Amino acid sequence: MKLRLISLASKNIRNRGIRSWLTMIGIFIGIAAVVSLISMGQGLQSAVTGQFAALDPDKLVFTNTETGFGPPGSTAVNKLNEHDRDLIEKVNGVDIVVERLLRVVSFEYNDNVDFSYVTNIPEKKDSIDVMYDAINLEIEKGRLLNENDRGKVVLGNDFTGDDYGKEIRLGKKVIIQGKEFEVIGFLKKASTFTLNGVIIMPEKDLREILDIKDEYDLLIIQVKDRDKIGKVKETLERKIMDDRNLREGEEDFSIQTPQQSIETVNTVLDSVNIVIAGIAGISLLVGAIGITNTMYTSVLERKKEIGIMKSVGAKNSDIITLFLAESALLGLIGGIIGVIIGLSLAFAAAGAASSALGGLDFKISLNFPFLIFAALFSVVIGGISGVFPAIQASKLNPVEALRS
Amino acid sequence: MPGKQRTLIQLKNVKKHYFMGDNMVKAVDGITLEIKEKEFVSIMGPSGSGKSTAMNLVGSLDIPTSGKIFLDGQDIALFTESELAQLRGRKIGFIFQSFNLIPNLTAKENVMIPMTFQDQSREFSEAKAEELLELVELGDRMEHFTNQLSGGQQQRVAIARALANDPDVILADEPTGNLDTKTGELVMDFLQKLNNEGKTIIMVTHDPELAKEHSDKIYWLKDGKIEKITKGK
Repeated sequence: MKLRLISLASKNIRNRGIRSWLTMIGIFIGIAAVVSLISMGQGLQSAVTGQFAALDPDKLVFTNTETGFGPPGSTAVNKLNEHDRDLIEKVNGVDIVVERLLRVVSFEYNDNVDFSYVTNIPEKKDSIDVMYDAINLEIEKGRLLNENDRGKVVLGNDFTGDDYGKEIRLGKKVIIQGKEFEVIGFLKKASTFTLNGVIIMPEKDLREILDIKDEYDLLIIQVKDRDKIGKVKETLERKIMDDRNLREGEEDFSIQTPQQSIETVNTVLDSVNIVIAGIAGISLLVGAIGITNTMYTSVLERKKEIGIMKSVGAKNSDIITLFLAESALLGLIGGIIGVIIGLSLAFAAAGAASSALGGLDFKISLNFPFLIFAALFSVVIGGISGVFPAIQASKLNPVEALRS
Repeated sequence: MPGKQRTLIQLKNVKKHYFMGDNMVKAVDGITLEIKEKEFVSIMGPSGSGKSTAMNLVGSLDIPTSGKIFLDGQDIALFTESELAQLRGRKIGFIFQSFNLIPNLTAKENVMIPMTFQDQSREFSEAKAEELLELVELGDRMEHFTNQLSGGQQQRVAIARALANDPDVILADEPTGNLDTKTGELVMDFLQKLNNEGKTIIMVTHDPELAKEHSDKIYWLKDGKIEKITKGK
């Protein structure tokens, strides 16, 4: 019999037409916000942290920065040099220091000229291993560079297309800064968009074509014991401050651990999430009040109907069931539509973000248990919203109700 | 009518008083009556005589201020509201002056409603509703919504609904009040037929001719009291 009351309830909702839809708007918005937030949030998080995933938890990244005095750009950034490297290498707990250069070069193939990021592989084998490990390089075609290679390059995944008029094949010659290089490998598509557009070449070649002497752009520091990475970082900071004669607050360098970078991003994402969750919460509350209001109005309008049902044998619990079923159904339909709208929003936003940010790998995470939970949650909200109107309906005196 | 008849509804010195502003209204002021099975009883009286309140009490829709009401031998004061609703749903079928069908439901669905509240299966209710609508000659109107039916047709749907749970008593409150003479007669014919088949009919009316034509017994109400009891046909 309960099932038959539910079919009666769904009939009543359909009969109210546009008013039922209007009632559900609050629920649509609330659930849509929650669903798009969660689906996108996880995607955004993995896309952004993917940019850092290239770094292992036992590595530090050392760069020089502006001092922070004066407006940004007003102070020049000093390049790192051999002196810095030797100093760092001697610090207790440091295993290997890998020098890296990151520059922009001209790239020519099939008479098309373009500009691209270039980075080096170090000269020594153990350093090469650390670097490959650090930026998580995976080869799709050909092979990676080793310590004996000269005049050869590995290209990022973006070079695999035919952007240059014709496809670049393994073994082909490309011209970088006016010098010929042989392509020996292509990288797999990575979640970091800088890596997809990069050219990797031996350090000596890179220094030669750009005439770079004693300078580095960044240093990757491999520590001996990953559990002591925080301590190594502190020691390094102290040593560099002493060496450069800096006082607290005058730091012109930065040492980042991968966790730090991820944490920074996560903090920002978290606060965005809190704001959207707040909006979603308010919307759900307004939606719930909307359902309560509609149900109260419905009780008043259908007083006579309630009186008729009571006179032909409806128990109070039947009346409660009927009205609760109606409000829960409003919640369910609102929730399902909210889930659909939320997912569409998430996909639309992800598509927009991916095309705006180039190769950023922005995936929507479809978490089915969560989606089902969201729809069920709105059923609960609907049900709770209907409790008081339903009780009021059930308490109507049949004689008075019939008279109305 | 001969033989021993079971008493279906009994009122013992029943009073219903309520306040309207500062004035106490004695709508029903000490009614004692017995309605036996297979009887056709009319409650007569001018408006304001308390006959509507009396009918609500007889139909156990309302609880008296004092006095006792027995429905099929059971004191209704001992039931909870929901238990009483269930009992009422089984024992009494209501027919109202303004039909009181539920809008947005078809004729058949309206007839099914009382069975829904008695936990009957859908199949049973549907078959029974169809049978009853055939009985009131509305077999071709089953899927019509109430607003697509004429007054007479609506009242016949109401009769079918009143019969849904096979009650002993049909309580009809001015059943022809909103109908023209011809359709009114048709409805009365149905009620008379049901009475002939053994149903107890209690009719509230202000039309003495109608009461005399059909009833075994007529209770004349005035100022909340029974003024006289007369025989009908």
